[in-house]
Amino acid sequence: MSDMILLGTRKGTIIFDRVNAKWLPRPIAHAGVPVCYVARDPRDGTLWASLDHGHWGPKLSRSRDGGKTWNDITSLKYPKGARYIVKYLPTPDFNPESPSANPEYADATVFKIWNITFGNADQPSRLYAGTIPGGLFVSDDGGDSWELNRPLWNHESRGGDLFAGDATSVNLWNGTPASIDYGIFEPGIHSIIVDPRDPNHMHIAVSTAGVIETTDGGKNWHSRNHGMLNDYMPNPESEWCHDPHFVTSCPSQPDHLWQQNHFGIFYSDDGAKNWKKVSRTDLDVNFGFPIAADANDGRTAWVVPARADAERMAIDGGLFVARTTDGGQTWQTFRDGLPQENAYDIVLRHAFDVSGDCLCFGSTSGNAYLSEDRGETWQCLGNNFPPIYSVRFG
Amino acid sequence: MPSVKMTQHLYRFFPQLKDRVITVPAGSVAEILLAINEIAPGFTDYVLDEHGALRRHVNISINDSIVIDKIKLSDRTPDDGTIYIFQSLSGG
Repeated sequence: MSDMILLGTRKGTIIFDRVNAKWLPRPIAHAGVPVCYVARDPRDGTLWASLDHGHWGPKLSRSRDGGKTWNDITSLKYPKGARYIVKYLPTPDFNPESPSANPEYADATVFKIWNITFGNADQPSRLYAGTIPGGLFVSDDGGDSWELNRPLWNHESRGGDLFAGDATSVNLWNGTPASIDYGIFEPGIHSIIVDPRDPNHMHIAVSTAGVIETTDGGKNWHSRNHGMLNDYMPNPESEWCHDPHFVTSCPSQPDHLWQQNHFGIFYSDDGAKNWKKVSRTDLDVNFGFPIAADANDGRTAWVVPARADAERMAIDGGLFVARTTDGGQTWQTFRDGLPQENAYDIVLRHAFDVSGDCLCFGSTSGNAYLSEDRGETWQCLGNNFPPIYSVRFG
Repeated sequence: MPSVKMTQHLYRFFPQLKDRVITVPAGSVAEILLAINEIAPGFTDYVLDEHGALRRHVNISINDSIVIDKIKLSDRTPDDGTIYIFQSLSGG
């Protein structure tokens, strides 16, 4: 069980320590700075925060003394020549006859560092970062320098080699309103899963493109969206254009993957070769953003449901957590300790985590809740935090 | 030599620029920012993106005129001019 919880919030980083069986928050770090993701590298204890400066650009911040001091790192940049096909937001005044409706290429700028993921124990200096627009950056020196994975950037699904010349095909990666704060509408990489058995085997997830797999360390990438359904599209079973909100796997049974998608909860027990929708709309267990997978049992997962699609907040004013232990065939819902009236919380994709029997989530309403019995009962960690973007056990 | 004044917001990240008169050789805005970067390494990463363009919510003026070229930063500063670097006002 972890003794540390890290919150990334609209106004900084908040770290909780477990002291004498109580969870105590430290004074806020990165005060006033939006922090979209914070996590602890289990290999060496380094803390990482993705800062979302409104004025000064996205930065990674690193602490090597357990959060006492932090240092910004500015080396995560797209290389010269990294372009992408612009997607235009289909606003009401969008004119399909206008020049902007034709393919247009833009130089890539890092708008947001959405996720930080740590390599396996046998690659102790390996780190990954997922960005908007959808770049996968890799570091092999503990974060001092970063390199864009070009095969994924130049994938045929997004137009081919955008470094070398004009794109040869259309861009099948759509944009996400999650980046609309920046006045852009670009896809982003929010989930990065490294197979504990083989560091060359990874899954990533892109909102709104889908799940993509490599088995050769990032040289080749393939869509893994078979069985996915996107009710919004003319063809719900299309190869691309899916909207995973978050994808995770069981660390000890990594062929068991879970996905909280815009269009339901999906489960795979064959390494994402096939997905199966396991939502229970009669229980309101369907829509949401985060999903957590048990470390030992691939069939066990938790979600924090919300109302799809127009409301995007707690269902009927009450927060609850749902758990399955049989691969999504049945779900139990737990409300004990969670507010059951006047709750309008939404829990974002990185704001729910599990460590052993402990679960923790935080909402954009600034509320944080903890369970120490696998989600069955909950205690409040606090109600007046800034909007919470991420929750991770340290 | 032109002098440089900036929002105190940036002193948080570059305390070596605080409480001092910053003067740099006259030149284009791009050259002036590089000169500040010599004093405070990493400074340009905060006000410019990876293409060298001014970040969207950052403003620079020469005396009381906002610079026109925010892409290549070619506006030139007179020898007795003052460069102001400031951020857009923003909400809560």
